[in-house]
Amino acid sequence: MASGKREPFDNAFVEWVDSRLPIFTLMVKEYRAFPTPKNFNYFWNFGAIAMVMLVLMIVTGIVLAMHYTPHATMAFNSVERIMRDVNWGWMLRYMHMNGASFFFIAVYIHIFRGMYYGSYKKPRELLWIFGVLIFLLMMATAFMGYTLPWSQMGGWAATVITNLFSAIPLVGEKLVALLWGGFSVDNPTLNRFFSLHYLLPFVILGVVVLHVWALHVTGSNNPLGIEPNGPQDTVPFHPYYTAKDTFGLSVFLILYVVVTFWFPNVFAHPDHFVQYDSMVTPPHIVPEWYFLPYYAILRSITFDIGIPFTDIVFINAKFGGVIAMFGAVIVLFFLPWFDSHPVRSARFRPWYKIALLALALDFILLGYVGMETADAVKFGIPLVYVGQICTLYYFAFFVAIVPWLSKNEKALPLPKSINDAVLAAKGA
Amino acid sequence: MTSTAANQNKDDGETRREFLFLSAGAMGAIGAGILAWPFVDSLNPAADTLAMATTEVDLTPIQVGQAITVVWRGKPVFIRRRTSEEIAKAEKDDNADLRDPQKDSARVKNPEWLVLVGVCTHLGCVPLGQKGNDPKGEYGGWFCPCHGSHYDSSGRIRRGPAPKNLAVPPYEFVSDTLIKIG
Ligand code: HEM
Ligand code: FES
Repeated sequence: MASGKREPFDNAFVEWVDSRLPIFTLMVKEYRAFPTPKNFNYFWNFGAIAMVMLVLMIVTGIVLAMHYTPHATMAFNSVERIMRDVNWGWMLRYMHMNGASFFFIAVYIHIFRGMYYGSYKKPRELLWIFGVLIFLLMMATAFMGYTLPWSQMGGWAATVITNLFSAIPLVGEKLVALLWGGFSVDNPTLNRFFSLHYLLPFVILGVVVLHVWALHVTGSNNPLGIEPNGPQDTVPFHPYYTAKDTFGLSVFLILYVVVTFWFPNVFAHPDHFVQYDSMVTPPHIVPEWYFLPYYAILRSITFDIGIPFTDIVFINAKFGGVIAMFGAVIVLFFLPWFDSHPVRSARFRPWYKIALLALALDFILLGYVGMETADAVKFGIPLVYVGQICTLYYFAFFVAIVPWLSKNEKALPLPKSINDAVLAAKGA
Repeated sequence: MTSTAANQNKDDGETRREFLFLSAGAMGAIGAGILAWPFVDSLNPAADTLAMATTEVDLTPIQVGQAITVVWRGKPVFIRRRTSEEIAKAEKDDNADLRDPQKDSARVKNPEWLVLVGVCTHLGCVPLGQKGNDPKGEYGGWFCPCHGSHYDSSGRIRRGPAPKNLAVPPYEFVSDTLIKIG
């Protein structure tokens, strides 16, 4: 990519390679000299953290796959063998299992950062779109990984989620048989899920390359949301942000290690340690925690959509739930067009800030609703209603509140430059 | 001499070249589509999976009021020997407000024997109600624990998110005490 003028390197070997393939020049340009706004806060650590988690998932996964058997009668036992007999198998499995959770924690914070500081706005729309695509692929990967141990919870999660497609009019049933390779979640399903679970992380890696490439074209956003105007506003990526990222990563990994070694099953469910039985559904099935808000959205559509007071139904409750659940992720793709307010950072948009923090709470509340049973009642309120109100707010945020604020919100005055703001904060 | 012809009449040459590009592209796309089909179709149920399609069940050990679960195509099939009250209730409810209206008589070959695919029509969980101490839901049939669907003693959906009645699999009575499913 980097061709044209090139600074020679002192080291003869490096220079020999670089004059044939300027890969060192590329690294220096993109990771050492790369001018980066000098006012990052710790929210800017999570991209690097997510990257490390992806590599960690791939490395642990490849080793696990050397001991794992993707067959309906053997998968569960092969995972138990990993836990008991394979050298360090328990650790590798717990690293992979909890790694998925921490990967999602990092990515959720990373997405929130983007929304809070307006990083999705022009000229970073495509960068944002690649990000949402990574999020979607991660969800698919984690969902399929969860079925691999062939547990009650994993097998029934696979059944319920694949059955979502049966809601699609006309082709639904055929499509589900195609996904299963049979008439229920069974060996063919497990086999293809393993194949795809191995493949998708590498697809994610490819999209991550595009994501970072796009980032290096536009440059990073920053907490003020104003573009740097020159060298006084930036610092070289190395050593400033390599150091800051290393620090943040260390804190994050300490938390990850504490959970992996001392509380390895906090995110797990007892029914995940019982072998799958296609004849008996566990009494209370729940997805992994990172899917709970979307699960609550799915369950909150309990009504048919049609012409009121007639029997005419356009979308029945089941299909409606499916549309809402997938829509809740798809709507993220369009955020750059819902919000065309010229000011990026929520720091200077008091109303957007309130609406966004409310969305974060709303999302957490949805997660809580998703965790409880469908007919649960708390403080005399059926949780379905809570879920419905939260779902309404979730979509209203994107399609109504943000577009309205985008036209009408008056922003606070912006600082003249990043440098001015940094110096003013230092002086205060 | 096409090239000179094209040179002489530029517009004509352009459209001709465009036409060739377009038709070559269209052929390529059709070819790729045809080639993709075997890859997609390979995901569909294979011949051996389709071959496991019938199951025979001996009904003699089932007492009135009892139910058993058998496996057909990897799915549970519920066989319930209904009591006369259950039959009466199912027939009475033919006129109730049903989401997926169907008469009880259309769902059985012999009213005493109710044969159903034991898969909730919502998202595929196995409803409870086969064992004596299972919850049977508000309508005395089955209750799906996943998202709370209630089925009646004819397996019809009465409350909850499921859109359809529990399916009746294809089956026939080989004799009075033997059925063949599939
Ligand atoms: C995006 C990256 C990845 C995510 C989010 C992910 C997620 C998961 C999850 C949630 C599980 C279930 C863990 C459990 O409950 O035991 C799992 C299992 C598994 N994954 Fe991954 N995974 C990723 C990458 C990979 C890769 C690259 C491979 C192999 C090359 C792999 C191989 C496996 C194997 C063999 C299992 C079954 C053994 C087990 O359950 O521990 N994973 N994965
Ligand atoms: S699967 Fe039975 S109610 Fe949802």
